[in-house]
Amino acid sequence: MADQGRFTDLAMEHMPALYSAALRMTRNPADAEDLVQETFLKSYRAFAGFEEGTNLRAWLYKILTNTFINSYRAAKRRPEKADVEDVEDLFLYHRVGDLRAAGAGRSAEDEMFDTFTDDEVKSALESLPEAFRIAVLLADVEGFSYKEIANITNVPIGTVMSRIHRGRKALQKALWGFAQERGLVGTADAGR
Amino acid sequence: MEMGTGDRAYDCSDTIGRLYRYLDGELTDERRAAIQRHLDECPPCVEVYDFEAELRQVVANRCKDHVPQALVDRVRDALAEEERRQASGPA
Repeated sequence: MADQGRFTDLAMEHMPALYSAALRMTRNPADAEDLVQETFLKSYRAFAGFEEGTNLRAWLYKILTNTFINSYRAAKRRPEKADVEDVEDLFLYHRVGDLRAAGAGRSAEDEMFDTFTDDEVKSALESLPEAFRIAVLLADVEGFSYKEIANITNVPIGTVMSRIHRGRKALQKALWGFAQERGLVGTADAGR
Repeated sequence: MEMGTGDRAYDCSDTIGRLYRYLDGELTDERRAAIQRHLDECPPCVEVYDFEAELRQVVANRCKDHVPQALVDRVRDALAEEERRQASGPA
């Protein structure tokens, strides 16, 4: 049993990460703020059932994710695809290989990584359909294990692995789109 | 369970096929060691590994946001209000 009086002290330090995750989920600052507030209130009310010494961070993300799925998905304004297209493995690595073959030199990847802006990376992640976006967010940004993500999102671990795998490839393709838009990739024709 | 991973050395295909689970820290110690041995002697696979590891870092680092102080205050107020509401007994 956790002491509810300690909730604020323990939970507030997780707010920055929860707010970022809420922004990626809702893609809208006003909704993200509401989602974070609702998550903290629900967590506070449920805190007596939290087993102290277990993973508070994962517990908070589970409440955040479930609140998002239950309250915000229904109200979502933009319709979105439910699936990602099939993208080849190591998509971005191979595109950079194409650049090198076209004479861009070994600096091509450093240049690409250095010039992606925060907004581009966030947009690329936010462009993924919800289930893939949440899986990649929890794995690559928040660093949760497959098992933790399965628990947070209430799906089997095999589904988590598939969503992370396919979501990462779709993310790479979206990032490549930004690189191409900015002319970063020059005249090399990636052909895809 | 995967078959045939026993004690044999991993080749490039074994390594690349498990690269993400390796990066994710989701492999058994034995498989992890087999990949490390392959990476120790295969510069092309190290190149892929470095690329994917750096990309992961870029994604994580660029997806941070500044929390508005107004939200911090709002949540603290909401929690304090909830605490008072609960202390005053069931409505």
